[in-house]
Amino acid sequence: MSAFYALLAAVLCAMALVGLFRFADPLRRVLALNVLASAVFLLLVTLAQSAEGIDPVPHAMVLTGIVVAVSTTAAALALVVHGQGRHRDPGQSP
Amino acid sequence: MALSWAFDLLLAVGLIWLAWQTLFGHHRFAAVVSFMVFGLLMALVWVRLSAPDIALAEAAIGAGVTGALLLSALGRLPRHPEPRHLLRPWQRPLQLQALAAAGMLAVWLGWVAHRLPRPGLAREVASDLAATGVAHEVTAVLLNLRGLDTLLEVAVMLTAVALVWSLGPALRSFAPATALPGLPALTHLLHPLFLLVSAYLLWRGSHAPGGAFPAGAVLGAGGVLLLLTDSVPWMHRERYQRRLRALLAAGLMMFLAVALGGLLITGTFFAIPTPLAAPLILAIEVATALSIALMMMAFYLYGEPGR
Repeated sequence: MSAFYALLAAVLCAMALVGLFRFADPLRRVLALNVLASAVFLLLVTLAQSAEGIDPVPHAMVLTGIVVAVSTTAAALALVVHGQGRHRDPGQSP
Repeated sequence: MALSWAFDLLLAVGLIWLAWQTLFGHHRFAAVVSFMVFGLLMALVWVRLSAPDIALAEAAIGAGVTGALLLSALGRLPRHPEPRHLLRPWQRPLQLQALAAAGMLAVWLGWVAHRLPRPGLAREVASDLAATGVAHEVTAVLLNLRGLDTLLEVAVMLTAVALVWSLGPALRSFAPATALPGLPALTHLLHPLFLLVSAYLLWRGSHAPGGAFPAGAVLGAGGVLLLLTDSVPWMHRERYQRRLRALLAAGLMMFLAVALGGLLITGTFFAIPTPLAAPLILAIEVATALSIALMMMAFYLYGEPGR
């Protein structure tokens, strides 16, 4: 079962990478980054299933990774919103 | 057995289709909603891979807080059609090569994940579990054995809040396009439930899946809902700014205090003495959960409040 999910993670990784480099729209890039993060987390958790039981260290890593991913998303979105908001309202001084 | 395989297959097909919609769908709104559903399905995958801690955090963060952030960013962006990359003539053949490279990367990743040796640290963690002060492996790794990683992660989150707030004053939350008289009432009814669930998750963390991250995420999701209905006016008042910043930094400060206390008592950074471990870890968990919840709300403001 873990090999099946590793394959799924690899497919998602490739799709997200194509999206990340292909899009001009910053919001799509943030979405692609999030899908890529999910795929990498999936790969890590499938690697956690070893012969002698479930390894808790990758689980802890993914848990911190999810919080770091939401921080990155928030920072990127704030930059996008502030950057494009100025385009919308040219009368406003920068 | 066949049923669980069918479930896995259905989950995988659903995830790939949702990722496709997220990345290559025509409308940005549909893409964001597809990503939120993608987060929910990912939570089911974590349950299938017996990682309930991650499932709890993903359901609250991946589908809840990230979705709210994306939707509110989408509402503030100009509505002109999405810009498209127009390829120059010499770039067209290269595009096929790039696609082929991505496909080969997928094959290579799958093969490596299949072949990689998996020694794992399960036995080592289990043998040290008695000295960590908690009975759940993931919490033990997060807050005691690899506490330094978690400390740095909270620092990363605080840095992101500083970055978001440095961009300008907080953007006012805008009224929903259609009048929703039920939303404030529903939020106030639901809020005690959010508090109860996060307190329960926090308490559970010492012996079962749960802990500071899912608790903070659930509390933060409830907080974002309150922000949506403008029910947190104190966050914008001048008087509370110092207190708000102190609470945002509480998790990191508590971590640093425990780490430096360990340095003073035992001579090693982040070495918690075993008899003190259980109460100290509970204190760190409460402070970190509170900080994480407030930081999620702070992200949602898209700027510094009270200016």
